[in-house]
Amino acid sequence: MMEEEAMNPNEPLAPGAEIAAESTAEQPQNPAEAAHSRRAFLFKLAVALNGAVGALLAVPIIGYLLGPAFSKRANQSAWIHLGRVEDFPQGQIRLASFRNPATTHWDGETGDIPCWVRRISGNSFQVFAINCAHLGCPVRWFPQSRLFLCPCHGGVYYEDGSRASGPPQRGLFQYAHKVVNGNLMIYAGKMPTLAAPYAQPPLTQIQPSSATANGAKSIAVHDASGRNA
Amino acid sequence: MAAPKKRASALYNWFETRLGLGAPIMEAAEHPVPANTSSWWYVFGSAAAVILVLQVVTGILLALVYSPTAGDAWYSLQFIDHNVALGWFLRAMHGWGSDFMVAIVLIHLVQVFMFGAYKFPRELTWIVGVFLLLLTLAMAFTGQALRFDQDAYWGLGIGASILSRVPWAGGALVDLLLGGPIIAGPTLSRFFTLHVFILPGLILSLVGLHVWMVLRLGINEWPMPGRLVSKKTYMQEYHSLTKKTGIPFVPEAAWKDALFAAAIVLSIMACALWFGPFGPSGQPNPTIIQTVPKPDLPFLWIYAVLAYLPPAMETPFILIAPVVIIGAMLALPLVFGEGEKHWSRRPAAVLMVAVIAVTLGVFTHLGMYTPWSPKMNAWSSDPVPAAYLRDRTPLEREGAIVFQNKQCRNCHSIGGAGGMRGPALDDIASRMTEDQIIRQVLQGGGNMPAYGNSLTPAETTALVHFLLTLHGNRPAAVNATRKLTMHERLPLPPEQPAPAAHGGT
Repeated sequence: MMEEEAMNPNEPLAPGAEIAAESTAEQPQNPAEAAHSRRAFLFKLAVALNGAVGALLAVPIIGYLLGPAFSKRANQSAWIHLGRVEDFPQGQIRLASFRNPATTHWDGETGDIPCWVRRISGNSFQVFAINCAHLGCPVRWFPQSRLFLCPCHGGVYYEDGSRASGPPQRGLFQYAHKVVNGNLMIYAGKMPTLAAPYAQPPLTQIQPSSATANGAKSIAVHDASGRNA
Repeated sequence: MAAPKKRASALYNWFETRLGLGAPIMEAAEHPVPANTSSWWYVFGSAAAVILVLQVVTGILLALVYSPTAGDAWYSLQFIDHNVALGWFLRAMHGWGSDFMVAIVLIHLVQVFMFGAYKFPRELTWIVGVFLLLLTLAMAFTGQALRFDQDAYWGLGIGASILSRVPWAGGALVDLLLGGPIIAGPTLSRFFTLHVFILPGLILSLVGLHVWMVLRLGINEWPMPGRLVSKKTYMQEYHSLTKKTGIPFVPEAAWKDALFAAAIVLSIMACALWFGPFGPSGQPNPTIIQTVPKPDLPFLWIYAVLAYLPPAMETPFILIAPVVIIGAMLALPLVFGEGEKHWSRRPAAVLMVAVIAVTLGVFTHLGMYTPWSPKMNAWSSDPVPAAYLRDRTPLEREGAIVFQNKQCRNCHSIGGAGGMRGPALDDIASRMTEDQIIRQVLQGGGNMPAYGNSLTPAETTALVHFLLTLHGNRPAAVNATRKLTMHERLPLPPEQPAPAAHGGT
């Protein structure tokens, strides 16, 4: 009985019908004429104007959204001081970490990036990314068996970073590095993936002081700094 | 007694005059449905809708305290768990609600598939449902990321690594996913925005469409073997069916939905109470690498598939399989929009569901104990069984030490403890000869790294001698050619004194 009462008020009012009556009264008699009326033209014009405004509005929106992929500044890698050369014993591999060059204070701990440093001998180094080349999990160094093991899918690498077994398709990612005044520097700032396995240091870079070239392949800055020295 | 009732009715009428929603809602609730759809098989969709409401409510409550910044998120979860009254319970409800949601959505999908509900005229309802499934999984993944712990951090790394395999666009896609060069503040902000604004918005609007179509087209009738769907006659048939056997959805069919929804919500509450919230595991500090990252339950099967694919097939599989699977699901109602609905006349459909269910189940199970992963601390935590050291020579015992120290145990189990990446070695010497073991240890191969550079000759000898003692109850494997040469060697006369003893001669 509640329901019946509830239904009642709807019946006499019939708001839909009223609106329909109003709108038919305003409409011109001939529908074909209506399509070409001044109002219809103005409506189309207004729609077109909105289209144009929308396109204009899309520029900053899409630019903002795609910013992380195309902004050069946000992705800037840089030479980072990793430690003194003598912090890394010869023939050993040590875990080091650095503050990512592009970071904010609300990044918290996530801005601290670890890496594996292998000092082969003297100023000859290899610096490996922590991320497994398979799916980016953190590889762990086992000095006893001289292997890097990945906990996720069992990727294994030898001490020179080359692939030993498991699902990875390649060896560990390596950071470009150099030794400047007994300081080990690496060129880092981006999580290495198969799409961007390493950050290329800029071709020319003015070195304020002497630097020693070493290790990493195909990086012009080493030649330049070597000549400076 | 009559006065308050009258007043309530007047209040209702005041709103109804202005809103006009009561009548259409009443009409929708009481719309006739075929009597045989009042079944316990028809309760999953409404249960998913109820869980959605639960997730929205618990999600909003968590958002009151959660701090969506990379530096604070993990600590704010700890705060919710330990400092906010019943915070842990709400986190647990939201987490368990997510698992229940994925499960119910999958069951709902299987049910409508088996009942042929995707056929004409409900093709679009199915297609919208496929998108809802994808959005549900997206919610589960982004939700795991918001639980910003070690698993979430490295899970995002896995996501980025998968995207990086897309040809050409890979690098840009990784940047868009992470919102910057590394997994950090912008990454969490993105996932927060997705999880809290974008995906729920899409889900709510698509659920609206989904339900609207169910009301407009009527619930799928209980299929009968031999009653074929034809685009020409179906609408007419469905109409006469509802006319003949129709019962009002509320209350005659809906009581089962309501009861089941209540049971599901109670189950979620029970799980939340009993098992508590998920994580958070360690804080998202990438320099703490003593971690074994693992995705949440709905994604364990993907994690397992990625472990078992041969490296060369991985990228093609990652890029092609999702397109094929999603494409097939979307195309299903368009290709098979007519014909038989009953499962007993659709053996291929039944077989497909069975195979897919078993496959997903097996991979999920494997994902739970990850036999492919080295057990990172087995070498230092699982002792060599005493039986394997009894009555052994010093050299063989030294070999057992080498076996532990060189982390062989991380991949190979003995005595039932250790990694499962490689074969168990309890009876290795019954399968491999000394020379084969030496070759395998030094050169590796067959998915084992070479240990030639990390073992001294003395260590190799000791290790191999230890392994040669492991042949279980079976005889040790013998190299047939070696046996031959051993037999051909002439035995020395027993009494002959050693010539080297007399130095001067």
